[in-house]
Amino acid sequence: MSNRRLWYRWRQRGLLAVVALPASLFFLTPVLALIWRVSPELLTTHLLEPATFQAIELSLRTTFTSTLITLILGTPLAYVLARWRFRGRAILDTLIDLPMVLPPAVAGIALLVTFGRDGWIGSYLSQWGITIPFTPLAVVLAQTFVAAPFYIKAATASFMRIDVDLESAAAIDGASPLLVFRYVTLPLASMGLLSGLVMTWARSLGEFGATIIFAGNFPGQTQTMPLAIYLGFELAFNVALTLAVILLVVSFSVLLLIKWGLGQRVWTP
Amino acid sequence: MRLPQKGLTLKHTLRLCFCFLHFCMIAVLTACGVLSTNVSGDPIQDDLTIFVAASLTDAFEDIGQQFESNSTRSDVVLNIAGSSQLSQQIIRGAPADVFASANHPQMEVVVDAGVIDRQQVELFAYNELIVVYPRTNPAQLSALIDLARPGVKLVVAAEAVPVGGYTQSFLATASRDPAFPSSYQTNVLENVVSFEQNVRAVLNKVMLGEADAGIVYRSDVATSMDEDLIAVLEIPEHLNVQAAYYIAPIQNTSISHQFIDMILSPAGQEILESYGFVPRE
Repeated sequence: MSNRRLWYRWRQRGLLAVVALPASLFFLTPVLALIWRVSPELLTTHLLEPATFQAIELSLRTTFTSTLITLILGTPLAYVLARWRFRGRAILDTLIDLPMVLPPAVAGIALLVTFGRDGWIGSYLSQWGITIPFTPLAVVLAQTFVAAPFYIKAATASFMRIDVDLESAAAIDGASPLLVFRYVTLPLASMGLLSGLVMTWARSLGEFGATIIFAGNFPGQTQTMPLAIYLGFELAFNVALTLAVILLVVSFSVLLLIKWGLGQRVWTP
Repeated sequence: MRLPQKGLTLKHTLRLCFCFLHFCMIAVLTACGVLSTNVSGDPIQDDLTIFVAASLTDAFEDIGQQFESNSTRSDVVLNIAGSSQLSQQIIRGAPADVFASANHPQMEVVVDAGVIDRQQVELFAYNELIVVYPRTNPAQLSALIDLARPGVKLVVAAEAVPVGGYTQSFLATASRDPAFPSSYQTNVLENVVSFEQNVRAVLNKVMLGEADAGIVYRSDVATSMDEDLIAVLEIPEHLNVQAAYYIAPIQNTSISHQFIDMILSPAGQEILESYGFVPRE
């Protein structure tokens, strides 16, 4: 390679690095500042407190449940959205976008007037002795409502990328629709589904607004980590700080691990 | 077989360009708006930013309007949240001119941080607690003692916010009272289904009928328009708390002092009283 070409390449790279730097710093600095404020001793003392532990445990339990519900109920919907052309498809598609852009507080109020004691569905449920608000189930519903669209969107996109001919070929060879889905569609879409699922889980883990409005705040019942952080901010800043760092580390490592598991390069360029 | 993807037609390209331009324009305009209001080096002199406890919302909106009409050159901006959240925001450098706290400890937090001069802290009003329940009365409440009955769904404020602290001290006082069993506080707390982050959240949960009862400030129901939605149980004076409200300037400007003077003036006190507060004298 000639000297001039090399010089050009380096100049181009340098320029790009400079213009890409502000955004990277903007994301990196607050994270570092947060971690910087928490000493290891602080982390261990608060981590062992039952209240912290309770919040972490509840968060994990509810987010795994809501992610599972999303997988079971979201996959068929995503498949329909990817394969069928029907009247009102765009409306349905936009409806699914809605929870992603709405303030979570709006989602919380909507859930309350639907599943609350006096709500549309809730009033019938309460006749059967079922009340949802202030229970872990309410937390799961709030998380699913807000986070499921991330999975449905990703799943729809990855179903759309699959060549319909592959499915037809399997069907012509005598495979039942279920078998086609199980052995052709699902494996081909698996990467997209998995990464969508991870996004949904991560969004559930951070869910705050809908939860505090719809599920309330009670330690061990509905107080997830984000709620504990918010209330800790008022009560004891150090506890909030510790929880924030734990949440950060958990989310970061899980997201990274999944990326690695999906075969994306994590460290090497 | 899939058809090869068609290239963008002229119409589509034009439409996309138009969308993009539109987006850019919105972005630029928004940026201008944000920059001109917030980031312009020195704060606009005439804006008076008041960090105000959630329970004072309606009264301060009213007083703020009066203040604006009295002094022609100032806009009153209210930042409303729980007192404990406000105090944290202030000691971490939020741009406040005046702080109105719903209790003394949160004012102390700011004084201890050196942001407010202790000499300038003024008590300006009192508030009391009251029990609210949905008009439909799903838990069949008729007296304070019913709050301890198992199965009542009670919503209170978290202990971190002033009203939550007052709630605890009311329950403690009641438990010591001969008219109540000594286990009153424990039994009532066992009925709590949620510790809300501020007093308005407690009231909303009751108004929506999600909770059987909640404990809020008297001022919250004095102004509430939804009399057909909620009903109240009075807490007798010897069990009730005297929640004292404090105000102090953070920026020592004449406009901050003017506002505080207005709150303490007979006219200001009268407005507070009309919103269910007890005047300081």
